[in-house]
Amino acid sequence: MLDHSDDPAVERELDGNALAGLFESLFGGDMTAVPGRCAHCSTVNMVGAMRAYMGGPGAVLRCPACDEVVLRIVQAAEGTYVDARGAAYLVFRRT
Amino acid sequence: MANPIAWQLATVAAIRDETPTVRSFTLALPGWPGHRAGQHVDLRLTAEDGYSVERSYSIASEPERDGEVDISVERIADGEVSPFLHDVVVAGDRLEVRGPIGGYFVWEPSLGGPLLLVAGGSGVVPLMAMVRHRHRAGSHVPTRLLSSSRHEEEIIYRGELDDFAAANDGFEVIHTLTRSRPAGWTGYDRRIDDRMLAEVIEPLGITTRAYICGPTALVEVAANALVRLGLPSDRVRTERFGPTGT
Repeated sequence: MLDHSDDPAVERELDGNALAGLFESLFGGDMTAVPGRCAHCSTVNMVGAMRAYMGGPGAVLRCPACDEVVLRIVQAAEGTYVDARGAAYLVFRRT
Repeated sequence: MANPIAWQLATVAAIRDETPTVRSFTLALPGWPGHRAGQHVDLRLTAEDGYSVERSYSIASEPERDGEVDISVERIADGEVSPFLHDVVVAGDRLEVRGPIGGYFVWEPSLGGPLLLVAGGSGVVPLMAMVRHRHRAGSHVPTRLLSSSRHEEEIIYRGELDDFAAANDGFEVIHTLTRSRPAGWTGYDRRIDDRMLAEVIEPLGITTRAYICGPTALVEVAANALVRLGLPSDRVRTERFGPTGT
């Protein structure tokens, strides 16, 4: 039960698991087990372990080690914006 | 690219009360591809004026069940979705869902153990899918579930957990009650802390895989404590939800 507080007005600190459905609809596969390297501190964490802040107009994923922004996702009328400048890389493993 | 997780209509096949504030819904999903224990579904409600809200709910049932999943939903008084599910939805209603979703907070018997599951409140839901899966798959991986609830009447799945523990196949459940205890309570009586986790993990050892699900504060405390106790951080998987109490 991820979205437990059930109140969109509350700034909630969740984790990347809460964005799994949106990510999968964008990328065509699971993103929560994808490792990503923080461009700020170089720590590698799976997307599911990153901090997610969902209270604003978009969602922000922050590095659990240094708290800097790794990914921003904004859903607009014309499409979905993914700002990945805080990620040095993401690793999509061969299956 | 075909959308791999298209929205589909689920039919509410059954509704069951777990506690005074938690209710389980069995969703019949024709063509459900099956899930892994720990995954969730997204649920979408759309009003007549087009306003829609989405929430994610962990799957409580084991993957062995065909064509249906259970979700367990806590009623949040001022929420947008959970009061509707509790107060309005009846068996036979249809709901939009997509899934299964997630691959990080997942356990399968092939991953082995020992297994430590730490739950705060309704954070027990995805862990219950793992416990049920372990049971149905005939796994004997040593497993301990530490479940934190506020009051005795808020313990979710208590009877079923006791039944699994009574099977004596390596599964144990340990409760802590943080707000009130009944007379004669023999479980823990405080919030999860380092000393409690050290005691609970002792029989399992530091090669344990740990899955922690609950409010952020509980997840932080438990994950940090387990790493201090010597668990490699990549064996500690976490899932957080919003600021409701334990």
